[in-house]
Amino acid sequence: MSRGMGSTLAAPAQTAHHRDAVGAKLGMWLFLFTELLLFGGLFLLYAVYRTRFPSDFHFAATTLDPLVGTVNTLILLTSSLTMVLAVAALERGRRRAAQAFLAATMALGALFLANKASEWAAKIGHGLFPRSGLLLDRTDGENLFYGLYYGMTGLHALHVLVGLGILAVIWGLLARGPRRGGEAAAERGTERLGSEAAAERGTERLGSEAAAERGIQLENAGLYWHLVDVVWIYLFPLFYLIS
Amino acid sequence: MARTAAPPAPLACSYLHPGGGRGGLLGWVLTTDHKRIALLYLYSILGFVAVGVALGLLMRLELIAPGRTIVGASTYNALFTLHGVIMIFLFIIPGIPAIFGNFILPLQIGARDVAFPRLNLLSWHCYIAGAILAVTALFTGGGPPDTGWTFYAPYSIRTTTNVTLAVFAAFVLGFSSILTGLNFIVTIHRLRARGMGWFRLPLFVWSLYSTAWIQLLATPILAITLLLVMMERLFGLGLFDPARGGDPLLYQHLFWIYSHPAVYIMILPAMGVVSEILPTFARRTIFGYKAIAFSSMAIALFGYLVWGHHMFTSGMSDTSRWIFSLLTFLVAIPSAVKVFNWTATLYKGSIDASPPLLFVFAFVFLFMIGGLTGLMQGALSVNVHVHDTAFVVGHFHYVMFGGAGFGLMAALLYWFPKIFGRLYPRRPVYIALGVLFAGFNLLYFPMLVLGWMGQPRRYYDYLPQFQTGHLISTIGSWVLLVGLLILTVTLMRAARRGPWAPPDPWGGTTLEWRTASPPPVENFAVEPAVTGRPYDYGALGRGAAAPEGR
Amino acid sequence: MEQRPLNGYGTYLLVWSALVVLTAVTVTVAGLHLARWSALAAILVATIKGSLVLLYFMHLRREAAIIKVSLLVALLTWTVTLALTFADVAFR
Repeated sequence: MSRGMGSTLAAPAQTAHHRDAVGAKLGMWLFLFTELLLFGGLFLLYAVYRTRFPSDFHFAATTLDPLVGTVNTLILLTSSLTMVLAVAALERGRRRAAQAFLAATMALGALFLANKASEWAAKIGHGLFPRSGLLLDRTDGENLFYGLYYGMTGLHALHVLVGLGILAVIWGLLARGPRRGGEAAAERGTERLGSEAAAERGTERLGSEAAAERGIQLENAGLYWHLVDVVWIYLFPLFYLIS
Repeated sequence: MARTAAPPAPLACSYLHPGGGRGGLLGWVLTTDHKRIALLYLYSILGFVAVGVALGLLMRLELIAPGRTIVGASTYNALFTLHGVIMIFLFIIPGIPAIFGNFILPLQIGARDVAFPRLNLLSWHCYIAGAILAVTALFTGGGPPDTGWTFYAPYSIRTTTNVTLAVFAAFVLGFSSILTGLNFIVTIHRLRARGMGWFRLPLFVWSLYSTAWIQLLATPILAITLLLVMMERLFGLGLFDPARGGDPLLYQHLFWIYSHPAVYIMILPAMGVVSEILPTFARRTIFGYKAIAFSSMAIALFGYLVWGHHMFTSGMSDTSRWIFSLLTFLVAIPSAVKVFNWTATLYKGSIDASPPLLFVFAFVFLFMIGGLTGLMQGALSVNVHVHDTAFVVGHFHYVMFGGAGFGLMAALLYWFPKIFGRLYPRRPVYIALGVLFAGFNLLYFPMLVLGWMGQPRRYYDYLPQFQTGHLISTIGSWVLLVGLLILTVTLMRAARRGPWAPPDPWGGTTLEWRTASPPPVENFAVEPAVTGRPYDYGALGRGAAAPEGR
Repeated sequence: MEQRPLNGYGTYLLVWSALVVLTAVTVTVAGLHLARWSALAAILVATIKGSLVLLYFMHLRREAAIIKVSLLVALLTWTVTLALTFADVAFR
């Protein structure tokens, strides 16, 4: 290959690859696998302790209200629906509708967290929390049930919270509209390529490219949101429906 | 293919001195150039290695004579914990992938950068944040952690030392590792140059690919384990607390579900380095390309099935003990496949005994001692005898330092001209290797013997009859230090003042040798097209691959 | 992106209704007290629900093979760790 001076700075053919939609999606899925295994470790503990103390678990679960769990399940399932509708709307170029669906998703996510918080607060109010006097008097299995309950639903709630943050950012990006987003992307492009020609080439197309990038971001955020939903789909019967 | 011969002028626009863009320190710590990030990793990792080595030397000094020599029991506990945490989480796990994977992987597949350059930078920031937290843990709270790098429950939950922060540091470092692995997988899937099919990938790329999958699928288990330790300490969930029905053995299970595959995160990239260096200096195509490529994937797979062999004496069930023992022996098969193929590659090659190749020979020798002592411990009866003795310490230093460590040094020597655009003198490197090799064996072989005789690990004191072995070992640590210093000084001088390197000083055939040394910011002037397998010395012709710098 | 077939809003609503119905099913089944079978039924229904979310909401159906295969690898990895852990805890 030529070792020419200067000429090396000309953008090679593949500079555009940083807007690789398939790659971005693959990356997101890989990240989701790490989330699966993160929760997987807790599910493993659950499996061991539940086989070891089946009756304690059943007894401890009577203190949880299946109604609260069911309502929260329905909330989260519906939020997944609005999430996927937001993606579908943006695919059809309907930005405002996408924003509205996204707002609905966030509202439902917040409702889920509020429910969760009041449930936790009630439990803690009744003295049911790790190392509480009430629990220490109970059996080992009940202590473990509550340890897992707080650990698993707590980590899940944390994920919902993070998801809300991500969705809020995406909502903000959508609200800025495709034009200004395009300009920002063009600026970034200039910085990367370091040449005027590239910037010119950029501004021509980046309006639609930025829109495409929003689409990818929204879809990836959606993937995360749905995964958090899937985790809950398993948590729900394992804690609320075993009494 | 015109190669400008003029050695005095480095490329005016290499990644080290790009025209334009952000200059100075910010141009480094905010860079998204994979080559600069690689150098950031190189310097930060070497900095922590220095700390880890210093801690190791202190331990050896304490053990030079029985009884208290320079530190007391609890300081010694902190020393081996820190030595372990630093060397494992800050050095060997990121080591080759973060430094050479970052630098070489995009070059070897003919890409401009990794798939997510900004994520790559974030990964380094996570590394630095984790490292800062780990250092902070030493001086805050209840003092440096004293649990050993394994953070075994229930002690890690009860000790008053600053385990919470140290564990959080390891969690953040795990994030860095996951992000690197994720980035590499997408890069390898999406950014291969035209014509670069899967079986035209250099073997280093295959090893990084297998490693990346382990990083991705094992590290989350460590993350949740460490999070649980934190939650236990902060909120007292009781999941590992025997007083409330918790099972501490489950902590060990979760910990080793990550930490055994992590052993392959450490060694697989080194094996990839070996597979690169051998064909280059034997001037011969690699023997058994597919076997080596698939054995990397097989090691990654088997790595998940054997974690229980760290727990043979923990009180887990007999059934699981023999299952894990049986599975452990399986790992030897893909490892042996590699060693046999490497040996066969040398057969009838025209061998150039250059520094990287000699480091590779040292790697193979030391790794075999490490691997075979590992097999011994895979047998249940032997394991019960040597468990928690210095034998284990000797074994894993042969694998980790003799394997991954020497692999990293070989990689540094091999790619040094590419990274810095300079050549280093051979003679001091040969001397360094001789000293290192002697020091290494003096340091660690006595551990195997002492452990076999019954010297427990992690004790700051010992019985008088073990003194000769400990004395030899401590002297070995000094010899090793001298070797490391010679190597470091030689390379540091060469990086500043060595003669300019041509694009392909070793006669390598993979793509990274087809661009300038050091490479330009964009890596390649024209996206390279790949027309054949790597290491094809037959097609290249002997003349084109004439080595330089003898 | 452009040439990808779009899922209709109707499909999503249908999937959502199925998820709601399955939630009702799992709550009802849990109320029947089927002893050891109830856990199995709960996991089974949850898996159907999870698969619906993955296939339709997360568009796994139309994803590249690499994503499908690696999802299986991830799940298999977890299953292996579970099985080998139980090789210990079930026989201790």
